[in-house]
Amino acid sequence: MLNSSLAELSAALAAKQLSAVELTRLFLDRIRGMNATLNAFITVDEERSLAQARVADERRGRGEAGPLTGIPIAHKDIFCTRGLRTTCGSRMLADFTSPYDAHVVERFAAAGAVTLGKTNMDEFAMGSSNETSYFGPVRNPWNLGRVPGGSSGGSAAAVAARMVPAATGTDTGGSIRQPAALTGVSGLKPTYGVVSRYGMIAFASSLDQGGPIGKCAADLALLMNAMAGFDARDSTSLERPAEDYTRCLNEPLRGLRVGLPKEYLSAGVDEDVLARVREAVRWFESQGASMAEITLPNTALAVPVYYVLAPAEASSNLSRFDGVRYGHRARDYANLGEMYRRTRAEGFGAEVKQRILIGTYVLSHGYYDAYYLKAQKVRRLIAKDFAEAFARCDLIMGPTAPSTAFPLGAKSDDPVQMYLNDIFTIPAPLAGLPGMSIPCGFDRQGLPVGLQIMGNYFSEAKMLGAAHRYQQATDWHLRLPPEAAP
Amino acid sequence: MSLTPAQLQRIAVLARIDVAPDEMQSVAERLNRVLGLIDQLQSVDTGGIEPMAHALDATLPVRQRLRADEVTEADRHDDFQRGAPAVEQGLYLVPKVIE
Repeated sequence: MLNSSLAELSAALAAKQLSAVELTRLFLDRIRGMNATLNAFITVDEERSLAQARVADERRGRGEAGPLTGIPIAHKDIFCTRGLRTTCGSRMLADFTSPYDAHVVERFAAAGAVTLGKTNMDEFAMGSSNETSYFGPVRNPWNLGRVPGGSSGGSAAAVAARMVPAATGTDTGGSIRQPAALTGVSGLKPTYGVVSRYGMIAFASSLDQGGPIGKCAADLALLMNAMAGFDARDSTSLERPAEDYTRCLNEPLRGLRVGLPKEYLSAGVDEDVLARVREAVRWFESQGASMAEITLPNTALAVPVYYVLAPAEASSNLSRFDGVRYGHRARDYANLGEMYRRTRAEGFGAEVKQRILIGTYVLSHGYYDAYYLKAQKVRRLIAKDFAEAFARCDLIMGPTAPSTAFPLGAKSDDPVQMYLNDIFTIPAPLAGLPGMSIPCGFDRQGLPVGLQIMGNYFSEAKMLGAAHRYQQATDWHLRLPPEAAP
Repeated sequence: MSLTPAQLQRIAVLARIDVAPDEMQSVAERLNRVLGLIDQLQSVDTGGIEPMAHALDATLPVRQRLRADEVTEADRHDDFQRGAPAVEQGLYLVPKVIE
C-alpha cells in the first residue's frame, strides 16, 4: 500500500479492499510514528481527517467518487485552510487560523481528498533547506543528518517517507523541485498562472506557483487535474480550457527533441549528480529521443536577478504583517511605530528579515533603477534564452540541483552559498516556465539525485508523459528510504 | 555597493523592523554578501531591453482582467476579526496615533 500509486489506491478504494477511513488511519499511524524524527508536519488534526474520510466513504457509497475521493494528502502550510491552523513556518502566524480556504484546498476538498495535515516549510517559503522554519528543521528520511531541501521540505520528506501519498507545494525559485530532488520524490512547478494563488500566502507574487509533490509522474498528473484551473480571485490566473494532464502519459518518446544546456552539465556540479543525469539522458536517447546541446547563456545571472526581484516583492507582500489585523503582536511598545518594528522584529526569523531588508533597500529611492529595473531587464534576457532554446527542442533536461542533500547547518553561515544551490531551479520561474524533478538514481552516499525536465509554456502534460515513460522503465521512484521501511 | 551600519539603520526604519544594536554588524555583513552577489548585474548590457514585470509577458499578451463593481462577498466581519490581537466594538485597536 505504501508504494501504491494514486490510481492503485483509488482502485483499491473502488474495489472496497479498504475504506477511506482505513487508508487514512494507516497514514495517520505512520505520521504519529515518524513525525517526532522527521518533523515533516507542523499540524495534524486526526479527528478532522477521519471526519473527511467518513464523508469520502459516504460519497463513494452514493456512487459519486472521483479519482481522488478518499485519497489522503497533505498541504504545505502556506495554503490557508479554514478552521485548521496555517503558520507559513513562522512565529508571526504560529497561532493563525484562516477564515477561508485557498483555491487549491477547495479543489482537493471538492475532489474528496482527505487532508492529513499541514507540512513544515522554510519560513514564508524563504529557504532551500527547511532550516528557517520557526517549527524546527525537517530531516531528510534518506539521512537524518541531511536537509530535505526547501522550501517545501516537509511535503517532500513526508512523501519520501510514505507518511502521505502526495502533498501540495509551492515553487518560487525551486521550492517544489529542489526538495523533490533531495528526497527522491517527484514534483512539478506548473506554468505561471495555471494554479491559482488565492489563499496561498504570498512571497514573490510574480514568481509564486503552487504544484504537486508525489511519488511518480502519473500521480502528479492526477493531482494537477484537481489543482489547475481558472480562478477569478487570482488576478494572474489564466483563463484557459481545462486540461487532462494524464493525456500524454503513454505517448512514445520517439522523435522527442531534448535540449541539454551546457551551463547545467558543467563544472560545479557534483560528479555523481552529473553521472546519474547523463545515464537518464542516455535512456531517453535509447528510446528514440534526439539529443542536442543547447545554451542558456544567462544562467549564471538568474540567481542575482532572483535575489533582487524576490526580496523586493517580499518586502511589499510581507508589509501586511503589522500586528494589527492578524498574527503576532509584540507585548511592549510605547507607540504605533514601535509596535510595528518590535512585532516584525519578533515575529519574523533572521532569513525573512534579511530578505525584507534587501527588498526595501533595492526598492528605495536612488537604487530602484540600478537594482530593480536592471533585474527586470536581465529577467527578460533569461526568458529570451529559453524562447530561443525551445525553438530547437521540446524539453530541456539537466540536474535539478548541483548536489545531493547537504548536511544540516552546512550552508547556514553563508547566504550566498545557500542561494547558489538553486542555480538550476531559479531560471524556469523567472521565465514563467514549467519545470519538474524526478528521481534518477543515487550518489555514492546513497542520497537521491533529481533529473530536472523543463518544457515550454503549458507543456506540463508532455513533461509528465516523458517522466512517466522513464518511471515505467526504472524503479528509482519506488525505492524506500531507511526511515520509511515498513 | 556596501551597506554601512548607518545605512542599514535607515533601511530597517523603512522596513519597520527593529535591528538590535548588537546585531547590526552581523546583519550588515550578511546583507553585504548578498549585495555582492546581485552587483554582478551591473556589468550586464541591457541597452534596449524592456523590463519584464510579469512572468508571462515574454510570450503571452498579459491582459488586466477587471470585474464588475458589485458586492460578491458576504459580510464576515466577526470571522475576519477573530484572529486580531486587539479589537473592540468591531474596530482594530492600535496605540494612540494622534496626541
